Amino acid sequence: MSNTAVSFRGVSKAFGSTKANINVNLDIKRGEILSLLGENGSGKTTLMNMLAGIYYPDAGEIYFDEKPVHIASPRQAYDLGIGMVHQHFMLVDVLSVAENIVLGLEGKLNLKEAEKKIKDICDRYGFEVDLRKKIYDMSVSEKQTIEIVKVLYRGADILILDEPTAVLTPQETEKLFNVMRNMKADGKSIVIITHKLHEVKAISDRVAILRKGEFIGEMITAESDEQQMTNMMVGRQVTLNIERKAPVNVKPRIIVENLTVKDATGVCKLNNVSFTANAGEILGIAGISGCGQKELLESIAGLCKTEAGTIWYCEDGKEKVNLVGKDPEDINHLGVSLAFVPEDRLGMGLVGNMDIADNMMLRSYRSGKSRIFTDRKSPKALAESVVAELSVDTPGISTPVRRLSGGNVQKVLLGREIASHPGVLMTAYAVRGLDINSSYVIYDLLNGQKEAGTAVIYVGEDLDVLLQLSDRILVLCDGELSGIVDARSTDKNTVGLLMTKKGGAA
Amino acid sequence: MENNSPKKPLFHIVRIDYIPTSKALLIRAGAIIAALIICAVITTVFTGDDPIEIYKTIFQGAFGSARKTWITLQNVSILLIISLALTPAFKMQFWNIGGEGQVLIGGLAAAACMICIGDSLPQVLLIPIMVVASVAAGAVWGLIPAVIKAKWNTNETLSTLMMNYIAIQLVAYYTIVWEVPKGSGKIGIINQNSSAGWLPNVGNKYLLPIIVAVLMTAFIYIYLKYTKQGYEISVVGESRNTAVYVGIKVEKVIIRTMLLSGAICGIAGLLLVAGINHTITTTIADGQGFTGVMVSWLAKFNPVAMIGTSFLIILMDRGAGEISTAFGLNQSFADILTGILLFFIIGCEFFLRYRIVFTSEKKN
Repeated sequence: MSNTAVSFRGVSKAFGSTKANINVNLDIKRGEILSLLGENGSGKTTLMNMLAGIYYPDAGEIYFDEKPVHIASPRQAYDLGIGMVHQHFMLVDVLSVAENIVLGLEGKLNLKEAEKKIKDICDRYGFEVDLRKKIYDMSVSEKQTIEIVKVLYRGADILILDEPTAVLTPQETEKLFNVMRNMKADGKSIVIITHKLHEVKAISDRVAILRKGEFIGEMITAESDEQQMTNMMVGRQVTLNIERKAPVNVKPRIIVENLTVKDATGVCKLNNVSFTANAGEILGIAGISGCGQKELLESIAGLCKTEAGTIWYCEDGKEKVNLVGKDPEDINHLGVSLAFVPEDRLGMGLVGNMDIADNMMLRSYRSGKSRIFTDRKSPKALAESVVAELSVDTPGISTPVRRLSGGNVQKVLLGREIASHPGVLMTAYAVRGLDINSSYVIYDLLNGQKEAGTAVIYVGEDLDVLLQLSDRILVLCDGELSGIVDARSTDKNTVGLLMTKKGGAA
Repeated sequence: MENNSPKKPLFHIVRIDYIPTSKALLIRAGAIIAALIICAVITTVFTGDDPIEIYKTIFQGAFGSARKTWITLQNVSILLIISLALTPAFKMQFWNIGGEGQVLIGGLAAAACMICIGDSLPQVLLIPIMVVASVAAGAVWGLIPAVIKAKWNTNETLSTLMMNYIAIQLVAYYTIVWEVPKGSGKIGIINQNSSAGWLPNVGNKYLLPIIVAVLMTAFIYIYLKYTKQGYEISVVGESRNTAVYVGIKVEKVIIRTMLLSGAICGIAGLLLVAGINHTITTTIADGQGFTGVMVSWLAKFNPVAMIGTSFLIILMDRGAGEISTAFGLNQSFADILTGILLFFIIGCEFFLRYRIVFTSEKKN
């Protein structure tokens, strides 16, 4: 067996007029961890989908063990020992772990034996899985673990992980990396698609870079730094600095007092949280995912029922108003301008099947001269200006937003929210899934809003970014406020500690 | 490994993101031509009749004389109005399959007015009352499933469907209450002598529903495309979370839209009872509440395209009767032809979304 497991030679793939991959030549070696790096829409996932049998190349050949192969279905990929873990999990919620894993396999159904084999795999590579749990009870990271075990169960020697860390906390990511190292030690090849350069540095042996569908080059991870990778990925020199100016004209904009929120089943999601978000400042919110960040933002936006507490909105020359108990329409009527970029961009902030212009209308459709008819002109003008100013990559403003790449979707959403000159701008995981370039565009936009006197609330997961971007960082742990720290004088460890210390200490 | 003899797949399927309108039209036209050819082959093989003659006869059945043409247009109008009524609900992803019941109950309200107060009120008062009654009855039939959906998130497919049976039973009950002559089990022509409550002739006796259908098409088209309420319907249909996020009151939109949907069905019922048949039976809606679902879907909820799809359905339906008499064929034969036609029309959607790429043997 040679050292090279898989080679792409001259592989191309187009979707309509979009060329996803152009003449790609890439090798995957045995027993290595290869990072596939590239901006959104650079064709990383498409390339790997061809290896996994989801797509079939328009041109070019894929070689397996130096023999040309034709992978026309995922099953054929499995036969070759190639398995892929997709960004979106493909599990049946109501089935058990073992049932999900054997699903679709031929041969007699023997769950006992399957469970034993699954346990073996888990022990071998260090997965922590509770086999009796149903999928619907599982956290994102547990589901991901099941997906990886599923691929291993099918005998994969080459694993493809598509942005596995996008949904994980730093601790979960570290766990995943340990498992990956164990798999590598066992002789498996792993291809990991990711945007996060420090993860590339931490885990991979080699980096391959795609740009606009083309293979640009590869390097040995140990011999290159993050700046080199970025330059190669973007195609020009990029500065990786967030320009944080000292806040000016700071005054309270949102004052939250003793806020408590319970979910439909009565579980306490926020417990007695009090803080102030200032105009002209970026307030970062850190915490392990699901610690009440969503409820906090949604309570302010009027989307979430609160149990107790008040949320004061203050503006110069106006009396302060309590936002508790008001829905988004009421808040709008009060003349309070809240902008909210939710975590689920296409499921909540935008309508995927509508075009950019119609999505601009979401916030403003009630205004306009006529009581009955919508005003189509101003949303169109707004769409044009957002597309131009934020350089949204789209064929036109009549393109449905679901066809745009993640970064461009976010630009459309943020562009619309900023257009109302908000008093408060709340963003939840604003750069999740975005490439470096888009992320920095977003950071710049947020900083621009801060300078314009908006109170910016930034819920983030990347502590490095939170520390660089925010003025103050509020840390939540399990629905409780564990501390508010000055972002300029604190460090990653302090914040990380607060994230895991309920009720705070320090 | 078992890949010693690598075989290239013969073809693979590729998704198309965008297709120009002209090409889409061409594919659709191709599908219809293909369907006609298949129909012709099947006709020849199984009946021995000349398929061209059969097609001619179908066409003649619908347009063979001025009277036939008017009736065809009138039938198209009624089906179109019902389809238009269902469309706002469908756009909201509220699966209103209760059109049948909403039409019936609208018709029942009209009949009740004609029978109970027809003799005591002048025509100028009676007709507006009937309009209001039919619209209100249809709206209530739409409202009930909407309210329980909005409040308790019940499955609207079931509740609207069940409302159909309530309407049918009510009509059956009142058929006995109002039967003329006693014991006949039917109502017969209502107010045959006085014509009280008969909708007036506009031009000729077929034109009124046609005019209503034209106006309704324009109304629904504008309502869905250009009004704030129409925009709310689209947002609620596409994503409830987004609707809530921008402050749209989802419950209100569901109820309002179903009121509209039911009200328009009520108008269809009024036209059927007071304008066309002048009587009411449990089968007066003739399954069009369900056919309308197909008409609306085939047209992808575009009111203007629905003119075409309802026309197609009625053409085949009217032709069916004609070929069964002219060729001595069973009525079901026309259904077979309709089935083939619909299969091709719906099937061609695949080619609008995907492309089949054949793998050429020698490629660089």
